Amino acid sequence: MSAYVLTDSWTMTRRELAHWARQPVQVVVSLVFPVMLLLMFGYLIGGGRAVEGAYVDYLVPGMLALTMAFGLEGTMLAVTQDLNKGVIDRFRSMPMADEAVLVGRSAADMLQSAIGLVVLIGVGLALGWRPQGGGGGFLGAVGLLLLFRFAMLWVGIQLALVAGRPEMVQAVQILVWPVGFLSNALATPAAMPGWLGAVVQWNPMSQTATAVRELFGGPGGEPGHVWAAVVWPLVLLAVFFPLAVRRFRGLGR
Amino acid sequence: MADMAISVEGAHKTYGGKKAKDVKKALDGLDLRVVRGTVHGVLGPNGAGKTTLVRVLATLLRPDSGRVEVAGYDVVTEARAVRFRIGLLGQHAALDEELGGRQNLEMFARLHHLGARHARVRADELLERFDLGDTGRKPVRAYSGGMRRRLDLAASLVTDPEILFLDEPTTGLDPRGRAEVWSAVRSLVGGGTTVLLTTQYLEEADQLAGRISVVDRGRVIADGTPDELKSRTGGDRIDVVLRDAGQLGAAVALLPVPESGVSVDVDRRLLSAPVTDRMTALSGVVRALEEAGIDAEDVALRRPTLDEVFLHLTGAGEVAA
Repeated sequence: MSAYVLTDSWTMTRRELAHWARQPVQVVVSLVFPVMLLLMFGYLIGGGRAVEGAYVDYLVPGMLALTMAFGLEGTMLAVTQDLNKGVIDRFRSMPMADEAVLVGRSAADMLQSAIGLVVLIGVGLALGWRPQGGGGGFLGAVGLLLLFRFAMLWVGIQLALVAGRPEMVQAVQILVWPVGFLSNALATPAAMPGWLGAVVQWNPMSQTATAVRELFGGPGGEPGHVWAAVVWPLVLLAVFFPLAVRRFRGLGR
Repeated sequence: MADMAISVEGAHKTYGGKKAKDVKKALDGLDLRVVRGTVHGVLGPNGAGKTTLVRVLATLLRPDSGRVEVAGYDVVTEARAVRFRIGLLGQHAALDEELGGRQNLEMFARLHHLGARHARVRADELLERFDLGDTGRKPVRAYSGGMRRRLDLAASLVTDPEILFLDEPTTGLDPRGRAEVWSAVRSLVGGGTTVLLTTQYLEEADQLAGRISVVDRGRVIADGTPDELKSRTGGDRIDVVLRDAGQLGAAVALLPVPESGVSVDVDRRLLSAPVTDRMTALSGVVRALEEAGIDAEDVALRRPTLDEVFLHLTGAGEVAA
């Protein structure tokens, strides 16, 4: 562990921010995509269910959780692209803190996710979603969502380090969708066949979505899921953070 | 070995593959010593192990076995100490392509733990020194090949490294870009920096390096100054240019050396052969041509080129293997 972890990580974070400044369109696209999904599910599919008002209250927290899960793809893509660029050789041949490359990435991605949450919450409010959980519940829910995103981020970094090549990301992208939808983000497990409902209930993302619904005070929330929404991401982090750092240090072995 | 900037003993590195046929021995017992403050050329064809050697020296790749020291520090157990003292110019630009030149240099300076103001001053100096001062905000991916190489070189000099690795620094550059890089490397020499330079271009090694190690199949097969290498492999040569290419075959038989040592260039109507005694060979060849009635346009003695040295050395390696 180097004494320069923080300064080096900050330098690497600023590198990502400089990338944003140079490619604002990409940033906007990544913010618009979840909004598009929300509108699609809210109006096209929710409209078909003719329970729009109540469904929006169910859907928005689910979409927030889903967006955090899908963030894994972006992280993974960015890390594999970085690994295949020449600049990574320079970073690795310099006396900087090894983990700064990864920590800088995670800080930038967290910032982007926080902005994404703000945008999505704003659109949700415009669609008629009204959280009822009060200020404390609201902040707690946002905290759980970001914690979940942080865990997904390090899962994504580890997957990227294992996959190594951008082509492999496509395979993971295809897998992320069923995992994301095999949750209670969009539909309640009560409406599913028993075995499927059981799978869905155990999906860590469902835990976060249920806890967040509870904290927002909307439909689909159940008491007692907040602890699971804290523990699950921490378990994922405890496994994937050290794996990813070790893997990065071991590049070239 | 305090006066050695680089010391490699018996380095092995094998690349993956569970099946025997997939295993590639990139370094196969390589030994190398580079004296501080010198420019050392590592010459070899594609796949000889040059890039693997540089990546091991720059702590990017761990050797499977052997002892590798850079600036007196072990590249495996003391990688960080090594990283404080080296600069690397790899085969592919090690730059952030999305950012501008100044942004790149400032970022690398910060990662070398220079303060914000110091980093800015250093970036300015380097931009000016490598004639990149007016690139503005243009991202590196819009740079020409020569500009990119110069910026890459500037980035590897952010903290005036003790030892600089240049891995085929001019591959893919046009002649102008090559000249730019050469003059930049020459300007470093004399500043006390040790330079290890890999190249496939014999001319480049001859131009820049004081000593050359010839590498083939993961080993050093010859080592010395350019002059030593030239005299070690056959010494002087005699070139004969004929008026009529049709007589090349007849002329080969007349030369006072075994036919296998003679190279023939039909387009230039040229014969070339190694000789031991210069004057005896010259007069002998001229007399033999006259007696056979073969017209020569030119007969000349010369030192061998590094190309010939290299072909000789790797050819000998094939026989041994």
